This record gives sequence, structure tokens and C-alpha cells, in this order.
Amino acid sequence: MAAVQVIRSEWTKIRSVASTVWTLSLAVVVTLALGVLISALSRSQYDNMPVRERLSFDPTVISFAGMTLGQLALIVFGVLVVSNEYSTGMIRVSLAAVPQRATFLFSKIAVATALALAVGMVTSFAAFFLGQAMLGSLGTGIGDPGVLRAVLGGGLYMALIAMFSMGVAAMLRSPMLSLGILMPFFFLISNILGNVDATKKIGRYLPDQAGSRIMQVVPRIDDDTPYGPWGGLGIMVLWVIAALVGGYAVLRKRDA
Amino acid sequence: MIEAVGLTKRYGDKTAVYNLSFQVRPGAVTGFLGPNGSGKSTTMRMILGLDNPTSGTVTIGGYPYRKLPNAPRQVGALLDAKAVHGGRAARNHLLSLAQLSGIPARRVDEVLGVVGLQEVARKRSKGFSLGMGQRLGIAAALLGDPQVLLFDEPVNGLDPEGILWVRNLMKALAAEGRTVFVSSHLMSEMALTADHLIVIGRGQLLADMSVTDFISANSADFARVRTPDTEPQLREKLSSALTEAGGHVLPEQDGALRVTGLPLPRISDLAYEAGVRLWELSPHQASLEEAYMRMTQGAVDYRSTIDQKASLQQQPPPGAQPPMPVPGQGQPGWYAPPPPQQGGQPFAMPTPPSGPYGGAPAGAYGAPGAGAPNPYAAPQGQPPVAAPPVPAAEPSQPAPAAPAADLTKSEDAR
Amino acid sequence: MIELAGLTKRYGEKVAVDHLTFAVSPGIVTGFLGPNGAGKSTTMRMILGLDHPTAGDVRIDGKHYDQLRDPMTYIGALLDANAVHGGRSAYNHLLCLAQSNGIPTRRVAEVLDTVGLTAVARKKAKGFSYGMGQRLGIAAALLGDPRILMFDEPVNGLDPEGIHWIRNLMKSLAAQGRTVFVSSHLMSEMALTADHLVVIGQGRLLADTSMADFIRENARSYVRIRSPQRERLLDVLHEDGVTVVEAGGDALEVAGGKAERIGELATRYGIVLHELSPQQASLEEAFMQLTAESVEYHAHAAPAPVPRDWGAGWKGA
Repeated sequence: MAAVQVIRSEWTKIRSVASTVWTLSLAVVVTLALGVLISALSRSQYDNMPVRERLSFDPTVISFAGMTLGQLALIVFGVLVVSNEYSTGMIRVSLAAVPQRATFLFSKIAVATALALAVGMVTSFAAFFLGQAMLGSLGTGIGDPGVLRAVLGGGLYMALIAMFSMGVAAMLRSPMLSLGILMPFFFLISNILGNVDATKKIGRYLPDQAGSRIMQVVPRIDDDTPYGPWGGLGIMVLWVIAALVGGYAVLRKRDA
Repeated sequence: MIEAVGLTKRYGDKTAVYNLSFQVRPGAVTGFLGPNGSGKSTTMRMILGLDNPTSGTVTIGGYPYRKLPNAPRQVGALLDAKAVHGGRAARNHLLSLAQLSGIPARRVDEVLGVVGLQEVARKRSKGFSLGMGQRLGIAAALLGDPQVLLFDEPVNGLDPEGILWVRNLMKALAAEGRTVFVSSHLMSEMALTADHLIVIGRGQLLADMSVTDFISANSADFARVRTPDTEPQLREKLSSALTEAGGHVLPEQDGALRVTGLPLPRISDLAYEAGVRLWELSPHQASLEEAYMRMTQGAVDYRSTIDQKASLQQQPPPGAQPPMPVPGQGQPGWYAPPPPQQGGQPFAMPTPPSGPYGGAPAGAYGAPGAGAPNPYAAPQGQPPVAAPPVPAAEPSQPAPAAPAADLTKSEDAR
Repeated sequence: MIELAGLTKRYGEKVAVDHLTFAVSPGIVTGFLGPNGAGKSTTMRMILGLDHPTAGDVRIDGKHYDQLRDPMTYIGALLDANAVHGGRSAYNHLLCLAQSNGIPTRRVAEVLDTVGLTAVARKKAKGFSYGMGQRLGIAAALLGDPRILMFDEPVNGLDPEGIHWIRNLMKSLAAQGRTVFVSSHLMSEMALTADHLVVIGQGRLLADTSMADFIRENARSYVRIRSPQRERLLDVLHEDGVTVVEAGGDALEVAGGKAERIGELATRYGIVLHELSPQQASLEEAFMQLTAESVEYHAHAAPAPVPRDWGAGWKGA
């Protein structure tokens, strides 16, 4: 079973359903629109900000503000790519066609990740430049120290979020269950854990919080985060690997 | 009694049902047949007042459904087995229906018992198999102990035991003097269940007659005659005697003769006169399916074609051989000839499995004779083998052994 | 060729498939019968490597399913007609399957044509009727032009023309020397299609025989006779020690397959026969006989009509 065949097949699958188009375009539109809006707001509010906030003002992060919401669309994308196989019953047809389950799962994830990465990179760069344009004199340039790393990191972050969702969906199989766990997790629980002092230390090891460190250019004041930008991304990659290994273990062991 | 008069339904330009008039009488199981898209479901929905006819009327016991006093106690219907709220338990589903029409709760447990769902009565119907859903739908139809029952594809998803049960149930309901109207695509099942048939095609009435009349009208009866295997000359002798007397004789694969155009007693006499002993002399009727196919040939929506396999060009696998025929056991369809006026074209296939209307076994599917080995299917390589045996058309037949699609086309052209 | 050896599947305490050993041979249509819950679907899923056997082994042409390179070119299967992403077109559904097994793209159009779906090839599958979904599933099975085909309830949802077509399709596939393994609940349909039968009940093998043998062993056969010289015939048969039963009308019935003997007797004594037809019970009858103990849902004790007084309980109230 040539993996090339399976990758072509998975590409056909992913391009032939409407959900791919609408989840990815939603991710782009939401990230950009919200980024532009918040960048514009920040510029107009900058003069009213306390000095502390002005000191840690990070124009790169501001332009990525839309990603908190945009990542939800990527989560939906990742979940649907995998769990659609189960909810439609297509999984049996797919596994009968490709009985090597590792080849099947990882080809699917590779294709979807490549697509998410491409969309993520485009979104990240577009969000950065649009955001900087809105920030005007407050903005930063792509050539400034750490900025290119942050922008590339934004694209990687989006791809990794999609991968993590695929791993979780492969474990849980049901789209409703997967979304029902992932959505509140990233939208609520992670934020709560990260903002309550008692749980902050745990919260920052969660995949989204650790991973988003790479998009920071100007460090926060009193920042005691024990990892750097790449360290944070490394933690997120560990989460992704764990999810994918879990997903594969379930797929390999269970009956289809 | 269900009565339709000039029933017509148009959706925009498309006429789904046109000028349909028929009666469904009590005391019999009436089968409702037609190809996909012929308007069966639309008709059923109009009978139940779910769709309004564009013109014409349909009444149950003299009333249109919507004006029927206490309709659920008079008419029971199974239209779609999945029309149940998945989160509701089977018993609650029936209970809610019962309460709507003032039927006591006791009756719910009764019908659950009748359909064999007592044990799962309190389970949510979303875990039900298609067959269980079907039983639940039948339970709902029986709830009001109605005089008129409509079933749309009732045996869908049932196992053999369930199929037998539904068949007996419908017959029993009819025997009690109820009106039972059943649609189905399974001709072999209908042949066992229905007494009377209403056949529609493209929204129009094609036939309204008893099952036996329908089969006789759309195909020809024949006799199967077997002479002692030990003396082949007797067979020849009988064959020429029968032909002389005006019969039409064809050999069957197992050595018997298929005789049309002569009644059984006459064949018996002729055999006696010729001094031929008989080992079998049995009357055969064509299958309902065959009769139905002949009638509806012009009215089918989707038509399958032959697999050309141009892009595969595969040789038949090794060991190709025609399927072994199974000796006669309630399969009259295999041996059934077409009506005499059909010109004997299907007689060209002497092998029973090809059927009177299908093509030759190999010809109907696949491209025999294509020589190039499959480039990818069989890595270990296949030994070259002869093309699958194609039963040769008898030279005397004017029409060649045409594949199924061609045959139906030529029928259409008539 | 499909070979099962001691195939077993347990779900916790429940044994779904219990030491099944049989082989499905090429060149014939093999019917796979059993009541609901007998383990047919589980067996078919294990053949395709979808479910893992608890014990035992199943091989396709001598290999395990996951050792097959491009399995769709060895074995094509229709398991569930609805197993299609509703948002994907019929064409793309088949295309992604073809690509995964290295089947040329133009083969997709061919199988669509074969099953009669060319006109709706670009439509989304969610608008399909059950019968159209069934045709799409059959197209997928044919895609790799495999030598083994497996169909689970293939006629479900098809109209008579479709039923007739799939029946001839299966027979012609078998006539080409392919292995055709088909499950169905429709005994009357199976009687027309299958040459060989594998019957299971509660996960165990109940029969693995030819159709003719199956019916012969599990149901009665008899000979129906009509004659204008009925009384004389009765005497002759009686003298010869043949037991005769009077059937409806003027017909007589003799149990067993004794048509030849009766024909010879009639000739010897100069008795005219107007009918001498060997009758065999239906496949359904034979099947019911065999599986009587292994049915999971019983509508009631016996498949008898509903009692006449049903509903009486509350009608009087």
C-alpha cells in the first residue's frame, strides 16, 4: 500500500466536502477581522493605557488577537476531518480500502495538517500585516527581532491546534463529543485556569497557552514563565503527539 | 374500502400521479406495485390526507381522510419506519399516539406484544435496528384496531422470521375482513402475500386485477415434461409428436422439455399414443416478477447498464464456469417463457441461470475475450484461460443473445 | 476464495461468532443466511479486517486482509449502503476509494455507468434514496474489478428492476469464476440467486451445503398427481405400497421424490395422468426448520397469525 495513493485519496476526500471550505475560511475571516478590529481599538485606546501596559505593549500579539476565536474554526475543521468517517459510517469503507490503519490515519492527518498549515501561515502573515497597518505608528516591522519567529509561529500554532483536535477526535470518534469537549476546553477552561492565580502554574502547561507563547515578542512584566517561545511550542507538540498516539492506539485496537 | 377517483397530483411541471382510479376492497391483501418514482408514495400520502390531490378524490369508507370521524381508529398506516423520535422509548411513542386518539394504555402493551417488542418497550428507539423500527411502525398501525391498513415496504430490514410473521399478519388481517393495502418492491414476497394487485407506472394505472390473472395476462403458462433418462430416444419421439400437434417444445438443461401451447391432458394423451412413459408432467406459471417486468418496462427511472470495464480489460479469473443450476424448487421464473407474441427472443438462452430476460451469464457482465492482463489487480499473474463459456445462441433464433439492457430497449421500441 | 478457520468473536460475555469454519468457493453464488443477531455482519466485518477476531483466522486467497496490496482489487464489499459522506458527490466518493487502491480514475465513470448512476454522479450523496445509495455501494464494490465480492443485504431498497439487475449481476460475476458471498433475509430472493448456502445461528455454523441439498434435508418434498382415473390410480399406488394423501381438489400427493416410479406404474397399468409434478418446499420453509431454535426476537411463540380477539380487551370497555 503506497502511502502516496492514500494521500491522494485523502486529498480527494478533504477537498470534496463543503465543511473543509467553510471551517477554513471561517478561521481566516474571523482571525483577520477580529485582529483588525482589536488593533484599531488598541491604537485609539493607547493613550489612555496605564504605563505598565504600555511597557508590555506587544503589537505582534495584538494583531493576532483574532486567533483566540479563529482557532475554534480550526478545531472544528480538525474534528470533522476525522470524526466524519465515523458519523457517516464511511470508516468501514475506508478501512476496507486501506487496512493498514497507521497509513490510513497518518495520511489523513498529514493531508489535513498540510492544509491547515498553509491556511495558518497565510492567515498569520495577513493578520500581522493588516494589524500593523491598523496600529500605524505603534506597529512593528517583520524585520524586528523576534517578530518573524512570532509570525511563523502563529501559522505553526494553527496547524498544531488542528492536529491536536484530530488526535482527540480519533480517540473519541463522535463529532459531537469531540467538539463538546474541545470547544469549552479551549474557550473557557484554559482561560479560567490561566487567569486564576491558584491554577496559573498548571494552566500555562496547557497546549494553547504554552503554544501561544511563540507569538509573543515583548515579554510581559514580571513574566515568570519557565519556558521560552520554542520551549512553549515544544510543550504543545508534546500534547499533539500524545493526542495522536492516543488516537492511533484507539483506531488500531478497536473494531471499526 | 379505499376508493380513488381521477386522482391527480402535479408538482409544478412534473405530474407525479395522473388520473388514477381504483378501489381497494376489504377481505383481501392488495399489493401496490410500481417502479421507483412511479407515484406510489405520493398516492399513499394522498390516501392519508398528507398531500392534497391537484384534482380527483380519494376516500376511505366514503370519507376523505381528513373528514373521517376518529381516523386513527379506522385507518392504520406504516409509511416510514424511521418516523419516530429517537430519544423516546418505544412504549412512550405508542402511548403518545394512543392518547391522541383516546385509545386506552392497555392497548399499547397489547400491540407491543403482537409485534414482539415487549422486552425492549422501555428502550429508546434510537438504538433500534431497521427491523425493530419496522415492528414499532407496525405496532403503531395496529394501535387503533383499524379496518383499513396501509403498509409501505413492511418487510424492509426484517429477518426471515419477521418476514414470515408480517406476511401471516397481513393475511390474517385480510381474513378478518379488513382492507389491507401493501406496497413492496419484492415481487417474490408479493406473490406469496397479495391476492390482488394494483400496478402503476409513471403515475398511471397499468393494472388492477388478481395476482393469478396478472401473471397469466403478462406471460404464458407452460408444462415441464420429463421422459425416462434411460431412453433418450423417447424424448425425441415425444418432442416430434408434440411439435406435430402444434406445441412449442424447447429442451431444458436438465434434459426435460418445456412445452407451450398444449394443455396438460393433451400432452398426456399424445405421450400415451406415442408410447412414451412420463416421469414428470408439471404445470408451471411464470413468476410475478417476470410478469411485472414485462408490464412496467417502459416506466423505469434508473436503468443499469453493462460493466464495460474498458479501463480494466481483465481476463476472467481461472476456473471460470457457469453456475450450477438448482433443480426446480419453486423457481418458475427461471424456466418461464415469455408470452408467445414476444417472438421467442429470450428463448435464445437455454441455460436457466441467464433467465428469460437477462443476457447470457458472461455476456451480461464483463467483456469476455479481452485479452490483456489486468495491469494491477493480480500481481502474481494469471495463467491465460479461455473466455468464460458463453452459451451460444441457437442458430434458428433470429435475435442474438442480447444483454439485458439491449433487450429492454428493444421491448421499449415495440 | 474466502477461508474461515475457527473464527470466534466475543463481546465480553456474549459470543457473537463461535468457531466458524467454512470456505467460500469461486464460481458460484454463496448465500449467507441466519436470523437477526446470528453474527452475519460481525463475520463479514472480520473478513474485511474491520473487527478483530477473539480467536481463529480468516484468509482471502490465502492471505490476511491487511497483507493484501490494494485490497479493493482482491475483494469488493458492500456492507452498508448509507456509509457515504452525505456532502460528497457520488463521483468523488468513488474517486477517493479508487485513488487509495491505485485504480485508474476512468474506472469510476465506468462503474457509475454500470450501476446506472451516471446522471447523478455529481450530486451530493445526501439527496440519494436508499436504493441509489445501494447502487453506489455496489459501484464501490465493483471498482477494483475484484475476484471476490461480498454483499450484505444488497437488494434492500431497490425496486424490482434493480433487484432483478443485482441478481443477474451476482450470477454473472459468479459465472466469470469470481467468488460471490451474499447475505440476505429474503429467502425467496436467495432461492433465485444462490447456488450454495452457509447458514449460521447464534454464531455457530448450522449448514454449509448446496441449495438443493439444503432444501432436501430440511424440508419435505412431494409429488402432486392428477388423473382422470383417480380411483384406479389410488388402488395401483396402494398395491405398490406407496402412501398417498388426498390434497385439495382432485389432486393426490405422495411424499418424497418418487415421480419416476409413479410415472412407470401409471404406464404399466395404462393410467392416464394429467399431472405428475415433483414439488419441493421453499427455501424459507427449510430455513425456518433449521433455525427455529436460534431466533433472537420472537414476535410470539409461533409464527402464527395474530389471535382474532386482539383488541377485544378494550373494545368492550
